[in-house]
Amino acid sequence: MDSPLSQIAQRFAKHAPSADFWTLRLSDETQENICVRQGVMQPVSNQLAQGGLLTVVVNDGCGYCATSDLSLKGLQRAFNQAKEWAKLASGLSLLKADDYPRPEHRAQYETPVQLHWNDMPLNEKITLLQDANTALKINDHIVDWQAMLGMRCEDTLLTSSAGAHIEQRFNYINPGLVAVANKGSITQYRTGGGLQSARQGGLEQLPLLEFPLAAPTLAEEAVALLSAEQCPQGKMDVVLAPSQMILQIHESIGHPLELDRILGDERNYAGTSFVTQDMFGSYQYGSELLNITFDPEHTEQLASYAFDDEGTEAKREYIIRDGILQRPLGGKSSQSRTHLKGVANARQADWFRPPIDRMANLNLEPGDLSVEDMIANIEHGVYMQTNRSWSIDDSRNKFQFGCELGRVIKNGELKGLVQNPNYRGISATFWRNLAGVGNQQSFQVQGVTNCGKGEPNQAIYVGHASPSCHFSDVDVFGGAS
Amino acid sequence: MQNYFYSLSETLFKKLQGKEQLLLGFSGEDSDFVRLNHNKIRQAGSVSQREISLDLIEGKRHTQAHIELSGESEQDKAKLIACLIKLRQQREFLPEDPYLFFATEINNTEFHHDNEVVNSQQAIEQIIHTANGTDLVGIFANGKQYSGFANSMGQRNWHSNANFNFDWSCYHSQDKAVKNSYAGFSWNREQLSEKFGKIKHQLDILSKPSKTITPGKYRAYLSPSALNEIISMMAWGGFSLKAHRTKETPLLKMIEQGSKLSPEISLIEHHARNLAPTFTQSGFIKPEKVKLIHNGQYKDCLVSPRSAMEYDSKTNSDSEYPGALDLAGGNLAEKDILSELGTGLYINNLWYLNFSDRNVCQLTGMTRFACFWVENGEIQAPVNVMRFDDNVFDLLGTNLLALTQMREFIFDASSYGNRSNSSIELPGALINSMQFTL
Repeated sequence: MDSPLSQIAQRFAKHAPSADFWTLRLSDETQENICVRQGVMQPVSNQLAQGGLLTVVVNDGCGYCATSDLSLKGLQRAFNQAKEWAKLASGLSLLKADDYPRPEHRAQYETPVQLHWNDMPLNEKITLLQDANTALKINDHIVDWQAMLGMRCEDTLLTSSAGAHIEQRFNYINPGLVAVANKGSITQYRTGGGLQSARQGGLEQLPLLEFPLAAPTLAEEAVALLSAEQCPQGKMDVVLAPSQMILQIHESIGHPLELDRILGDERNYAGTSFVTQDMFGSYQYGSELLNITFDPEHTEQLASYAFDDEGTEAKREYIIRDGILQRPLGGKSSQSRTHLKGVANARQADWFRPPIDRMANLNLEPGDLSVEDMIANIEHGVYMQTNRSWSIDDSRNKFQFGCELGRVIKNGELKGLVQNPNYRGISATFWRNLAGVGNQQSFQVQGVTNCGKGEPNQAIYVGHASPSCHFSDVDVFGGAS
Repeated sequence: MQNYFYSLSETLFKKLQGKEQLLLGFSGEDSDFVRLNHNKIRQAGSVSQREISLDLIEGKRHTQAHIELSGESEQDKAKLIACLIKLRQQREFLPEDPYLFFATEINNTEFHHDNEVVNSQQAIEQIIHTANGTDLVGIFANGKQYSGFANSMGQRNWHSNANFNFDWSCYHSQDKAVKNSYAGFSWNREQLSEKFGKIKHQLDILSKPSKTITPGKYRAYLSPSALNEIISMMAWGGFSLKAHRTKETPLLKMIEQGSKLSPEISLIEHHARNLAPTFTQSGFIKPEKVKLIHNGQYKDCLVSPRSAMEYDSKTNSDSEYPGALDLAGGNLAEKDILSELGTGLYINNLWYLNFSDRNVCQLTGMTRFACFWVENGEIQAPVNVMRFDDNVFDLLGTNLLALTQMREFIFDASSYGNRSNSSIELPGALINSMQFTL
């Protein structure tokens, strides 16, 4: 354990001032992003960030200080500042001394990577993007088109006064394709190739995200949407592709089950939850087809890790089983506040923000229906793909979502494209209308790279995987154009 | 901090080779963040961040980097020099950038408003004391923010200020709450107490049995805070030259069909407000103001340096997202709001807006916090949250009855990555008809 971060931590530990308990989480992050838009290479962006978060507990109080000065003096200064906050909080704190986790594990974890970012030279990456960009410009209706590729690598080390030493390296790959089509006063988009659903791993993930192969199809669909009918209106069945299911899971299962929301921490910003503590173990969240897991074990998913940022070991758990709510998404400190069993999901988005309860990998487990059989069961409905609009109330109940692309389903068959497919519903009843769950063949690993929450604000990567799903009796409508 | 940035800059400029040019941007903050729930401290801490951006240019080729600094001079110099060498190597692989555009005329500026920093610990103790007996939840942010620019041609710009932003809600029960904020440069305990006095009055109203309205159209008053949410959606591409030229603007109807908003709507980007830097990260100085919409008619876009080159226009902004909006007030006196509303909804906050049809600026969103049902000019009951789905060209067009004389200054409390320096000043709006759906 002689990594640069480990050396910094060991130097600090030798000279750490006294306190009831402390943790030091160090982070060293590198990013590189390349983009070609309309045939023009955009400026390459390189990012380097290094910093540490010191957390100190004094009696019932806890304080933190984030600093990018990782010299011994810098960390000692940060320690003293965190300690001052802890002293102030001691008499005014919401949490008790026992609520703060005291990690002591020693472990290492690294994202498996087969093809590293630097295995492909920069000029080859540029050629790949130029070709993908060219493939998006299929005719004059395409008015904007972009292909992008990025990497992010973050080394983290969590140490504590109880002897914890947890080193983790996360490698992410961020490809994306965008086609914008226009005719007069109508503009339609198609996005894909991994946009907003990055993965952990290396360049070997690109084909799995259909990058760059999806480019011509996305452009053709964007153009076809310009002359498509408006999405029909009324109560009907819908089939949501994984590219929309991830958002449906995220907003109407993930957020309402975050334990810090249920505890009220987020009421001023991200909101509260219609779920209450007494519902766990008995509440019928959805139909018996609904099985949701917290699953850190899909190594390619965005939020796979061995330990969370409070130092709790991450294990797969059922959150909803056969439709019944099992446990919340709450890390160790939230579990201590409620005496509920949770999961290892206390996470910090950046080196300078403290951990809070986040979704990590939250997946809908596959069922036994092929997409063909699912559609064959539907007389009248709409198949929807790729989220483009999301809105939900602060209790995470009344929602309205829109997709980039819809297809009418009539008498068990997929028919023509429709534009501006939207639907609305109420979380507490929507999931009970889950009528069919796709099998492993339609199960896709995707995610969200901009999940926002917390005060101060934190935007974090979240993984979701799901098959296509069938819902009955949904309020569907089109655009106002 | 300013000297630190300039000193690092000089070191880097001395390392340039041949005809290389270097643009350096600086951003940083020393902030305290105290998060509260149930009027107790949930998380309390401090954050120090310093970041330099580099744009290394030779002819039309260039490449960029963003580097977090430690604040320790020798260490940072070594890190930046290593980065410069990497950028130089990377640049060799890159094609020319036809849209590269940066200031070549020297314009030095300095703005300092950071002498007085509020004592965070005292402020927190006063907040908890003043809020005693209420279920308070929110965030107190306080400290210095810095921005700088330097280029190898000799231009130097600096902008720093110290400010606080306390953004909070007081809950009555479940999802019924009153939201408020207090932001500024010097802390005044009396102003804080005054705000809590008003909150207690609204909490009393929230104690009445709440009303659930059925979907349909209602007359509505939008407070400045609620109207801000609608303006923010218009700003999501609505004022960007690039979004206009690529037909992605939600105000496409104004461009393609000549649609107009109400003549009451006059919106400017007021760069001269000076909360955000008046210089761009390419070294240009922003104009004092940009007229975006005048008397309901679309005027100018915000133009980044890159778009200026791409679309042969004049740059007037850094990004193409506004950060200092100013919506002109109207004629409705504050004392007449309820009587002019008559029967309908008094909406203090809207939440989680998005487009249900971007082409025509059709929006959806939720009511949130202290929203009331009003009959014959009197508040009757709090209303349960409702979803609206309506069109900006109706809400701020044919259905806009009046804007208030009173305007509110809202200092953005967001802190993704760093503390925002965006702000808006705007009135409330009386709307003849607003469509609620769920």
